Amino acid sequence: MKIKRGLKLLTLVAVLSLFIAACGDGGADSTTTTGADGDTTAPAGDTTTTAGDTATTGEGEDPGTTAPSGEGDLGSVTIGAGEPVIIASIQTISGATASLGQDQVDAIEIAIADRGGELLGHPIELQSEDGLCSADGGSTAAEAIVANPQVVGILGTSCSGAGVPASQIMSEAGLVMISGSNTSPSLTALPYLSDEPLEAQENWNEGYFRTAHNDEFQGAGAATFAAVDLGAATAVTIHDGDPYTEGLTTQFGEFFTAGGGEVVLATAVNKGDTDMRPILQEIEALAPDVLFMPIFQPEADFIVQQFGEFPGLADTQLMGADGLLSDTFVVLPETEGMVFSGPAQASGSAYEEFVAKYEEAVGSPPIQAFHAHSYDAANMLLDAIEGVAQEDGDSLVIDRAALRQYLYDVEGFEGLTGTLACNDFGDCANPAIGIFRNDDPSAGIIGVLANVVGTATLADQVDPEKLN
Amino acid sequence: MVAEQGTRRRLHFDFVGAVLWLVRILAILAVVIGAFVSLTSGRLSAAAWLNFVVIGIGQGAIYALIALGYTMVYGVLGFINFAHGEVFMSGAMVGAFAANSLAQAGMWNSNPILSILIVLLIAMTTSTLVALLLERVAYRRLRNAPRLIPLITSIGASFFIQYAFLGLFGAQTRTYPALSILDGFIRVAGINIRYADIMVIGSAVVMMVVLYTFVERTKAGRALRAVAEDKEIAALMGVNVNRTIVLTFAVGGAMAGAAALLFGVVFRTVFFFSGFLFGIKAFTAAVLGGIGNIVGAMLGGLTLGIFESVGPSLVLTGLGIPSAHQLKDVVAFLALVLVLIFKPTGLLGERLSEERA
Amino acid sequence: MAQTTKTPTAARPGDLAPMRQNFVDLVKAAKWGVVGGATATFVSAIGMVPDFDGRTLIDPFLTLGYLVLFLVPFAFGYMAARPPLTLEGQEPVRVGPRNVLAGAIAGMVTGLVLIVPTLVAVNFNLRSVFVNLSPAMADTLTLGQSLGVGLLLLIVGCLVAGAMGAGVNVVPARWRVPVMTGLLWVLTVGLLEDLATQLLRGLNLDALVGVFFAPGGGLKPLGAIIVFVLVFSLQLVFQRRPPRLKARYQALDQSERRRWTIILIAATAVIVYLIPVVLGGFMSEILDLVGIYLLMALGLNIVIGFAGLLDLGYVAFFAVGAYMTAVLTSSGSPALSPELTFWAALPFVVLAAALSGVLVGTPVLRMRGDYLAIVTLGFGEIARILFLSDWFDPVFGGAQGITQIPSPSIGPLEINTPPQFFYPIIVLVFVAAYISWALANSRIGRAWNAIREDEPIAEALGVNIVTAKLSAFVVGAALASFAGALFASKIGAVFPNSFSIVVSIIVLVIIIVGGMGNLAGVAVGALVIQGLPQLLREFDEYRFLLYGGLLIFMMLAKPEGIIPSRRRVAELHQEEMGQDAWLTAEPESELDEARTTPATAKD
Repeated sequence: MKIKRGLKLLTLVAVLSLFIAACGDGGADSTTTTGADGDTTAPAGDTTTTAGDTATTGEGEDPGTTAPSGEGDLGSVTIGAGEPVIIASIQTISGATASLGQDQVDAIEIAIADRGGELLGHPIELQSEDGLCSADGGSTAAEAIVANPQVVGILGTSCSGAGVPASQIMSEAGLVMISGSNTSPSLTALPYLSDEPLEAQENWNEGYFRTAHNDEFQGAGAATFAAVDLGAATAVTIHDGDPYTEGLTTQFGEFFTAGGGEVVLATAVNKGDTDMRPILQEIEALAPDVLFMPIFQPEADFIVQQFGEFPGLADTQLMGADGLLSDTFVVLPETEGMVFSGPAQASGSAYEEFVAKYEEAVGSPPIQAFHAHSYDAANMLLDAIEGVAQEDGDSLVIDRAALRQYLYDVEGFEGLTGTLACNDFGDCANPAIGIFRNDDPSAGIIGVLANVVGTATLADQVDPEKLN
Repeated sequence: MVAEQGTRRRLHFDFVGAVLWLVRILAILAVVIGAFVSLTSGRLSAAAWLNFVVIGIGQGAIYALIALGYTMVYGVLGFINFAHGEVFMSGAMVGAFAANSLAQAGMWNSNPILSILIVLLIAMTTSTLVALLLERVAYRRLRNAPRLIPLITSIGASFFIQYAFLGLFGAQTRTYPALSILDGFIRVAGINIRYADIMVIGSAVVMMVVLYTFVERTKAGRALRAVAEDKEIAALMGVNVNRTIVLTFAVGGAMAGAAALLFGVVFRTVFFFSGFLFGIKAFTAAVLGGIGNIVGAMLGGLTLGIFESVGPSLVLTGLGIPSAHQLKDVVAFLALVLVLIFKPTGLLGERLSEERA
Repeated sequence: MAQTTKTPTAARPGDLAPMRQNFVDLVKAAKWGVVGGATATFVSAIGMVPDFDGRTLIDPFLTLGYLVLFLVPFAFGYMAARPPLTLEGQEPVRVGPRNVLAGAIAGMVTGLVLIVPTLVAVNFNLRSVFVNLSPAMADTLTLGQSLGVGLLLLIVGCLVAGAMGAGVNVVPARWRVPVMTGLLWVLTVGLLEDLATQLLRGLNLDALVGVFFAPGGGLKPLGAIIVFVLVFSLQLVFQRRPPRLKARYQALDQSERRRWTIILIAATAVIVYLIPVVLGGFMSEILDLVGIYLLMALGLNIVIGFAGLLDLGYVAFFAVGAYMTAVLTSSGSPALSPELTFWAALPFVVLAAALSGVLVGTPVLRMRGDYLAIVTLGFGEIARILFLSDWFDPVFGGAQGITQIPSPSIGPLEINTPPQFFYPIIVLVFVAAYISWALANSRIGRAWNAIREDEPIAEALGVNIVTAKLSAFVVGAALASFAGALFASKIGAVFPNSFSIVVSIIVLVIIIVGGMGNLAGVAVGALVIQGLPQLLREFDEYRFLLYGGLLIFMMLAKPEGIIPSRRRVAELHQEEMGQDAWLTAEPESELDEARTTPATAKD
């Protein structure tokens, strides 16, 4: 009975303490007032806040590390002599989708190695976190990074789901984040392909950038190619429950329908499904002109392998997206004749050099399709740091607000995925979509990317203001 | 006082009973309405519907083979071996490497029968070894522990093997080279039945017959049944319990290895996570058919395969549910729940050890 | 198992048998070595060794990678040199240099076996199959030296490690525990460097950070020695006189006890309040997640631990809580946006969870243990798929989920950052613990115990099975929905893939490893299982591998969990305790509970 009452008292005290805590104390936690609209009112006090937390630069006491002065009001990072420039990454490196994040991390490491592992005389250190392709994973990874006040920028996330909370957390902390594979429109802005003004979407946050396409472009590009070049009147779309694939099929459906076509069936499979024949049987009855499946391996593998058993589908054109632009998929003989949408110009000698470097470092060619975007993102960030850093004796001072502004001002950046320019909402990707066809599986991904059968230079349709 | 309790108990009994009856009626209604709408809508031809069944049988045969391993271990040792799906996956992955080596050596399509047999041997050996390793390291000392403990251990083992394979072989998918002799189909009743499906179903039936004979007619099989019935008495009767248990795992592992080869040759893409969902489905199949019952495992597997294949198109689309194939697993698990509500011991009841009921 | 020891018989019954020879089988040691070599190869081929090399434990010579590598011959040296068990009535076997030799041999053989993967990695390119047999791995294995020298060093290193492992057996018992504990603490502090640094800074002991830790990471040798000496001495002191705090507490009289209770409560409150302040942002984030999982574990503890219903689909209730919160509070909710506040939505959330508890519980009422497991697993998956499905897209957002979930607020104060979230979470944890505790000792708790032990008999005794089972599900669901609500508002977004079966498994692991039925155990479990992986992020790739291994290890060694409840220990070690009781023939009150006849042994 004593214990019972004891627990009651304890609960009461705990509740009281909640009030006391919320009344604020001068110490380590302040109540940051950022609403969900993402505007960064993170005062200089925020950076000093995190000074009480872990600082892994290791040198015992570092009072001068996070001097809140600086031109902007986001604070700055001071990197002393011999100290590393720390950039972080949030990628999915475990679980079933591990391959997606793993080759992006590898690409980032190659970008670092390309500079000899150092920037302006300081070594570059990569703090790699696992985003787990989930919202809580992204949240925890972002908190881990934000707790280290020496981190200058973040490269990530792999999955749009992890990107939503991560983008908010990093933005409130004054950081910048460049993603090589987030494509969900909700993270930046819409619409590009109409006359209406660009509006920030619900999950946009300042400081967020991406070198991967806004789904709107790819959906439009793929739909236009299907309707115009292929002359398709009917289409079936399949997604796999991933926000990226679902978003893409939605965009495709909208543009295809707007162009006069009909999406006769919009359906889905689950990740982990192996027997695709029932769904193919259903589709056979509809005999569509185009089957748009912007999904990933191994579900796509099963679909293409079982596709041939249905004679009624012989005239249906298979279309994939950049999730399938990987060597392990296009070498399958059944993918011959399949068409893919993806970023234009991810080819050429620069790309081949990159693949060679990748193979040497990792031991096998890149598996998934976003490694090039990640490489560009890493270079963009490193260039930006180099451009913004000011030398103060042997130290570097990097102003966070200046870094953000530099990235927003990026124009004419030559990357593997094209010439990139960042607009006010963080969309940096080259809006040109390429359509590639696999005419020779044995030529691998290089062959596919070289075989361009269509280009949707949607830049023509977009108000140039919106792109910059 | 007693009478009062009696009436109260009866009322509660009615509540639960009423709910279960409600569920049964709703289920039957849903199935009937959905099926009726689908069949009369003319969306698919009769041949197409039949094809669904054939597809389901093909998939179900693989479930059945894996389910055999579950059911045997459960029958003899009384716990769910969660790691059995990983036993399957290990055979499939190693088989993929072997198949690709054979393809590089040019043997794969020139000597298909021989190649299949070689890879079958390799896959079965791998699976058996993994199963035996599991038994030796993780389960042997827990023979007399309460059932929850080896179950937890098997969950741990399942994760361990999965991620061990991830670490050793990487995250990318591995593909079996295509086997040209399996291309093509025979035409029966207006539908195409692939050679591959015939091979799978045929092999599954053969293996089931072999296993059934083994369990029912041989001395070792008798020992197995004896141990399943009561370990201690069996030991008193002179049965080498240890060896019998090892044999159980070995046989289950071999079955899984065979299933792995069939899966590999027909579905062709495997990676480290392939075993997880298959394991769950296969166990569902085993329970569906009646755990501990070998024929039941087969029946459960086929039934599950057919439900999964036919269910979404027949019932769900008929009821107007969009993206019905996304809900394939829902159909599978609901089928399990419904079968267990209609028949609590599974379709064929429990067999290997009647005492467990 | 044939031990080729000769067991001399006693001259007369009742005499102590003469001391047995310390027969150490050197051949067997070699066999242990082979197994050790295979294990070490496995550990290297998985990629642990080169990956972990980045983290320095003791600067400059010990990295985590090498620790893991040399731990293998250490462990196998220990196993090889273990003396045979001391049986009742015999004198313990004397250990000597032969044991150390056995350990050394085991270690050396391990090292020899490791030559194979090293050579393979250097000479062949098998990386299309074994992705980690890279030159980098070979480089780590050869300690960064050239091939010949490196391999030699490796073998010598393994030999020494094996000998040290054997040495654990040789060290006299009095010193053994302090030495081992000391070493363990040194390694733990080195590993949890971030936590230790954070703690020191939070307590304003920044100066000490430089004393203990090196700039590039890892303990300084001096720091390591200090930690070791400290722990060693503490262990030595307390080994002699373990403080019987609990007994002393019980022995106090009323007013004294009340005074101490109040002091204890006040101290706890202050500590709880200070925790997020001292630990800072990132650690608070970890504690928040630990707290959420702890809430779930408390709920699952009721379902499995109290009522004995093996529910493997617990994540379904978690998902219901999270999604209901999202739908009711978020501006982005597709179908209806009432945009209630967190607290206003909470009753509806709990109601929805309770309904789902009844929904899940009713069909499984009559099902037996293992069937229950797979069916609840199915329900868990069904829940996730339904939340993901296009069918319910208009309500739950489908694959895109629901974002823009607002944070809760108390009056004018918003709860935004991880340290702030800590307080509502810890309050709810206490509430849940109290509910747990109260229910355990209530009538319904006794009904649950009865059902868990033996259902038919419970029914015969008049226990209402239906009510008991359903209430277990409902309470469990309610607690999970609390966790879900907090999770949703903390992350600010819900996506279906946050609610996979993995969550159910993790919660299960927490209560099993921590100690089922015991609140302190569950808390420890949550800290270890959920907290540690966040701290040791190198382990991210290997997290589930280690979970799996840990589960297996715990079940083999200590199935009742780290902090077991007495009841569990009694249940699980029934036979041994029964035998002990019989041998010593002295009825002790604790063992009386445990002593049952084999015929009614639980299955």
